[in-house]
Amino acid sequence: MAEKTYNITCIVCPLSCEMRLMVKDGKIENIKGNRCRRGIDYARQEFYNPQRVLTTTVKLKGDRLPLLPVRTNKPIPRRMLKECVRYLSKIEVKAPVKLGEVIVSNILNSGANVISTKEVGSTGVYRKT
Amino acid sequence: MREIKADVAIIGAGPAGLAAALSAEREGAGEVLVLDRGEELGGILPQCIHNGFGLHRFKEDLTGPEYAQRFIDEVKTKRKIDVKLKTIVLEINQNKEVLATNSEEGIFKIRANSLVLAMGCREKTREMLHIPGSRPAGIFTAGLAQQWVNLEGYLPGREVVILGSGDVGLIMARRLTLEGAEVKAVVEIMPYPGGLTRNVVQCLQDFDIPLLLEHTITFIHGKDRLEAVSVAKVNSKKEPIPGTEKIIPCDTLLLSVGLIPENELSSLAGIEIDPSTGGPVVDERMQTSVEGIFACGNVVQINDLVDYVSQQGEVAGKNAALYALGKLEQPKGVINLKKGRNIRSLVPQIISAQGKVSFFIRVKNPEQKVKLVLGKSIFQQKNPIVKPNQMITWEVPFEDLRLNDDVKELEVSIRKL
Ligand SMILES: Cc1cc2nc3c(=O)[nH]c(=O)nc-3n(C[C@H](O)[C@H](O)[C@H](O)COP(=O)(O)OP(=O)(O)OC[C@H]3O[C@@H](n4cnc5c(N)ncnc54)[C@H](O)[C@@H]3O)c2cc1C
Ligand code: SF4
Repeated sequence: MAEKTYNITCIVCPLSCEMRLMVKDGKIENIKGNRCRRGIDYARQEFYNPQRVLTTTVKLKGDRLPLLPVRTNKPIPRRMLKECVRYLSKIEVKAPVKLGEVIVSNILNSGANVISTKEVGSTGVYRKT
Repeated sequence: MREIKADVAIIGAGPAGLAAALSAEREGAGEVLVLDRGEELGGILPQCIHNGFGLHRFKEDLTGPEYAQRFIDEVKTKRKIDVKLKTIVLEINQNKEVLATNSEEGIFKIRANSLVLAMGCREKTREMLHIPGSRPAGIFTAGLAQQWVNLEGYLPGREVVILGSGDVGLIMARRLTLEGAEVKAVVEIMPYPGGLTRNVVQCLQDFDIPLLLEHTITFIHGKDRLEAVSVAKVNSKKEPIPGTEKIIPCDTLLLSVGLIPENELSSLAGIEIDPSTGGPVVDERMQTSVEGIFACGNVVQINDLVDYVSQQGEVAGKNAALYALGKLEQPKGVINLKKGRNIRSLVPQIISAQGKVSFFIRVKNPEQKVKLVLGKSIFQQKNPIVKPNQMITWEVPFEDLRLNDDVKELEVSIRKL
């Protein structure tokens, strides 16, 4: 297979090194442009298995607002982001919802749970406890 | 008119106002009253559903609502903190009187011993940019689009162009893409992005959204609804280069061209505003030019991290409580800080130089291998890189520096190593 190059920007520290990866047969042969070792680890992770925390919303019934913000409790493979959002757009929950409550467990077999990032039924109206 | 008394009155219940309220209560203030026109606590945070909040403060990667909840939970347990939501502040004055209104109580007055300004910021709009062309529907600020998509649940459009690469615009590029819209380009007039590198990578590069640096929008097409925008490359004077123009069809244009501190109330009250930050001039206790009026968060200067906002809120709240209790000593000597080489803005602008001071600094131009220097070289700190889109924080231990009493002015500058 032919050699290919990829550009990856390191986000580990504010220097934001622009790295060039030489890739042959799906394997990294060479990395250039990093100023330190951490850039190499980051580039490998980003090339072989980029992971992201997904944040989005699901439908909510019984509250002032029609949406509940949610996120995955750990990073999931980047390529699954769109699929998961599509799946979650069909989910509907009812108020009250606790912060951190599991909305979908093991979403699309990613190993991550989707949890609520908001306490609903308490913040909408301010009340003294 | 009905009158209420408060020890400390706080305008704005975003992260700045909430941190100030908790800190004022901790310092022993009698009654702390927080006012906000919104329907819930947390300011802008409830609509910032993405993660990236609290990395410094909690060493955790929280979303906006989660970050806000930590403060909301604590505020609710404090008997001495009272909150009025859906309440608009109309006017404040130098006597620490606040004129406010809500639908239940009508117009009322609050007499406070001290005030904390925590009104946050607002977004720049098209009117401030002067883009030629028609005035069709479909042009919104990025923050308004964020409110619609994340709180109210509707998409502003299907084919989107974003002008400006501030963090709000970048975050919205990803959000709209995930929600099924097509983001055709992010157009930025500067040679570097306005937002954090993390957001450029995770919001644009992850979804192959083009970032057109040194480009601007030269014309807006469409009669009733937006149909397209003309985009052109700019030269070093930021003028469009003839012949580089191309048309991008779209039904929506989002503006993410900057935020401005919300200071109508402050200006009307005669509080001195620093033109370089757009917010009140403050000292290291976050006290404005009017004794007993303090300020914190985005009303003072635009912060890129909420962690710094909470930090300033705590300083403002504590000193507002001390002032209300008659325990705040006014400083002996006062030193004015001057902006030196490559410094765009600097907070605080005035210091008494008694203890440790935390500076929040923005530079004009990106530079590598530099040092921050105070005065001729009384104190310095090396920095591998400085960028306009990343606020620098700098702690200076004035108690160790033994400045002479006759020092009235000090310059802060960036110098090459
Ligand atoms: C889209 C976006 C993305 C962001 N992403 C991040 C991120 O990833 N990580 C991070 O750390 N930070 C992020 N930030 C920054 C952070 O959210 C802000 O710095 C912070 O919210 C500012 O807090 P504040 O309390 O100063 O202002 P705000 O949160 O704006 O609160 C101000 C409050 O004052 C009220 N108010 C104003 N005027 C009046 C009046 N006259 N009467 C009554 N009430 C009034 C308003 O209603 C509002 O509730 C982001 C900001 C935005 C907008
Ligand atoms: S490679 Fe090293 S120096 Fe460069 S951005 Fe990454 S962590 Fe920073």
